[in-house]
Amino acid sequence: MKLIKNAAGRLVPTEVNGLQQIPFKGVNKYKPTGLKAKPKIKTCIDYPTDGNKVVKDLKTALKKAGLKDGMTISTHHHLRNGDAVTNMLFDVVKEMGIKNIRWFPSASFPVHSHLIKYLEDGTIHHIEGSMNGPLGKFTTEGKMKGIGVLRSHGGRYQSIQDGEVHIDIAVIAAPTADPFGNSTGDRGKSACGLIGFALGDSEYADKVIVVTDNLVPFPCVPWQIQGNNVDYVVEVETLGDPAKIVSGTTEVTKSPDRLLIAEYVAQFLDEAGIMKNGFSFQAGAGGTTLAFAVYLKEKMKKKNVKARFIRGGSTKYLVQMLEEGLTDYILDGQTFDLEGVRSMRENAGHVNTSPFTSYNFHGKGNFASIVDAAVLGATEVDVNFNANVVTHSDGYLLHGIGGWQNCLYSKCTILAIPTFRDRIPVIVDEVTTLCGPGELIDVIATERGLCINPKRKDLLKVMKNSSIPIIDIKELKKGIDIICGGAPAKPKVNKEKVVAIIKWVDGTVLDSVFQVEK
Amino acid sequence: MAKKINKVISGKRGDSVRSDCYFEIELKSSGGIKLDIKSKVQSMYGESIKEMILDMSKFFGLKDAKILCEDSGALPFVMAARFELAIKRLFPDNKKEYLLPFNKKNLYSTKKDQLRRSRLYLPGNEPKFFVNAGLHSPDGIILDLEDSVAPTEKDAAQLLVRNALRSVDFYNAERMVRINQLPKGLDDLKYIIPHNVNLILVPKCESAEQIQQLEKEVEKLKKQHKVQNPIYFMPIIESALGVIKAFEIASASTNNCALAIGLEDYTADIGTQRTNEGRESIFARQMLINAAKAAGIQAIDTVFSDVSDMEALRQSVLEAKSLGFEGKGCIHPRQIQVVHEAFAPTSEEIEKAKKIVDAFNEAEKKGLGVVSLGSKMIDPPVVKRAQRILSLIKGN
Repeated sequence: MKLIKNAAGRLVPTEVNGLQQIPFKGVNKYKPTGLKAKPKIKTCIDYPTDGNKVVKDLKTALKKAGLKDGMTISTHHHLRNGDAVTNMLFDVVKEMGIKNIRWFPSASFPVHSHLIKYLEDGTIHHIEGSMNGPLGKFTTEGKMKGIGVLRSHGGRYQSIQDGEVHIDIAVIAAPTADPFGNSTGDRGKSACGLIGFALGDSEYADKVIVVTDNLVPFPCVPWQIQGNNVDYVVEVETLGDPAKIVSGTTEVTKSPDRLLIAEYVAQFLDEAGIMKNGFSFQAGAGGTTLAFAVYLKEKMKKKNVKARFIRGGSTKYLVQMLEEGLTDYILDGQTFDLEGVRSMRENAGHVNTSPFTSYNFHGKGNFASIVDAAVLGATEVDVNFNANVVTHSDGYLLHGIGGWQNCLYSKCTILAIPTFRDRIPVIVDEVTTLCGPGELIDVIATERGLCINPKRKDLLKVMKNSSIPIIDIKELKKGIDIICGGAPAKPKVNKEKVVAIIKWVDGTVLDSVFQVEK
Repeated sequence: MAKKINKVISGKRGDSVRSDCYFEIELKSSGGIKLDIKSKVQSMYGESIKEMILDMSKFFGLKDAKILCEDSGALPFVMAARFELAIKRLFPDNKKEYLLPFNKKNLYSTKKDQLRRSRLYLPGNEPKFFVNAGLHSPDGIILDLEDSVAPTEKDAAQLLVRNALRSVDFYNAERMVRINQLPKGLDDLKYIIPHNVNLILVPKCESAEQIQQLEKEVEKLKKQHKVQNPIYFMPIIESALGVIKAFEIASASTNNCALAIGLEDYTADIGTQRTNEGRESIFARQMLINAAKAAGIQAIDTVFSDVSDMEALRQSVLEAKSLGFEGKGCIHPRQIQVVHEAFAPTSEEIEKAKKIVDAFNEAEKKGLGVVSLGSKMIDPPVVKRAQRILSLIKGN
């Protein structure tokens, strides 16, 4: 395999799974030209005039959709770890004797370890999406036939739009749908909130199959997926385990150290002057970021400050802020708890978005860059502020990128992370895998204080007299190495064998994940 | 002679264990050291763990043994304590100590009358809480060898606390250890006195003799190890007898810096339940405050144990402050800030204190023997309290 050094100094392959790749050229340095991908022309007279697209079962739908060896099937992660549809889907694909599928999920969860046997027997050739938990281990040990491709949510949309990935069949799990294919995620026994991750697939895939466990008479309104883009509808008994699809209730962390980090982030937003009337922020559903939202809310109330919008990952904490009038809108990318789902159904200020609305590289502008502050996590950050979010320091893939890369474009990106986890330093000399270039990362918030990127002289100045310790990241790293007993050794990897690549938001290759030597 | 032990275990293992490790050492008659390491941080620190274990084996003269190490991300000071524990359990007569270098940030000393608003209890055998405790800025951190440690793990906690005193940065918090009830607690002293402990909490204290006994032993060890820094005592009164003897205990040693009350045991001792209103303990608390002040030392309140109710904590501290207490025990880091805020002087108190101190300075400058503010004469204890209030603002 031919590897070359890209603009970030990382070794990346020039060809992956038989496709030519473009190495990362730098942030905002690559602009593809030409025409966007276009779906085939369809004609309504080819579809039932009564609008009833329901077929007997998934197998019938896949047959009618013309499933063949080597095709690309897409699925979506809004059912999270409660997803039974994807596993059922590949049981059928296997039963049909189909081989070498490119599986194109928006993310994978531990529940999908069911698919390892299909990766082993050649039903699935490789994954393009995320490789979490057991799938990450399988991939990193070099057991997958093809090379994994990891993309951000925005990058996934970009790859569909510029033709890098053509989806043959999209299978969309819909908590509620009508026989025409109009679908929503905000109601039904398997309600998950938003199914916006499937929007691009519904528009660009050759064939679209909606799978639902709550079939309602036409029309299913308001719809998140339009039946006009749907070929077949399949009714099943259940989409999965509701308790794992959405948490009954999300909770803030109880860890005193993480609460301290969250408090520092909220204090920083206030002291840096970011928290002011009409501002906006993004907060995820991790324990630390939830706690951040709680502390920020207290400060906003005290100073009588109102946000214009909050980007979520919506949870009950953001819903409370909306309902108490502390923000005009929640722009929701995915819904994490039942309160979020309820609010989405009931509150006009709780707005559905998709990766197209929020993160699209080929859009005419970018929501993500309008956001005043984004609070994110990371598995590692290096002394140049580069960050890793997909691999563990032992070299194993363990998370997907999610919307993380896209959010880095906010006006102030804050990574809220502990300096070490048990004995594993999070601040390191060089990240194991590069997912986010340091030039886009402004602040590292840790339990020991804040590291501000030297290029943000404005922030350094305004925080000079803060009660939060402001620490040089290199000094912080030194201190952590002392606590942990020296700098950690790098994992032993086979530099000849790339098991997965990390795409940047523009479709270029940012870094490689190598096979870990056991 | 006791039966020779061939195989021992130490430390903790299992899925829920974090920042700790487990050793199994079996003595063999030949074959050298056979080492089996299973570590969560194998790829990052596997080599350095191996080096450390071999170095310790050599140090303790272990030649032929099968060693199993199951590591859940233990920091070096923890791993060293767990390994030494296994050795001590194998060879109870081995007096060698494997001491890691002193963290240079840990060499400070404290003052007898310094702020002791908050003291954070950490279970002495739970290393995962140690490293970041100081980041939450308590006035004192207590490594506890007493009630939070199981009777069978007292030896484990002694070594762990010793290593923590040397290695863990306390970020300038006063370095406190709660020893076991005397006389058993005397055995804890050799693990803490040479390692720069600032303050010893003496639980269930009931007589002046106990403090004198402690003082004698501490002085002996200080001399032996050439310890220069002062080591203060904070007797904890936790029984009816202790309350009655409070003044005698408070004035038993010049090293006493404070008297604390422990209400869980006290209420049990007088045969009642602890309530939020605390009517059952009002006598004990006032008695203790009076005894402490009579002996010229601080009075420190009990811990507040509902970690989820910050408002109740605030009220409890305000009440304690109004009675005359100057500190409160914390069992969760999130309580610290609330305690500090509640103990902080109000703006009226600060205003008044400033006027008094100004008047005092003015009088001193003029060489006047009597300080007066307006038409009122100010007595020395009032000036002292005002100075204290102003020093508290600096502390905040």
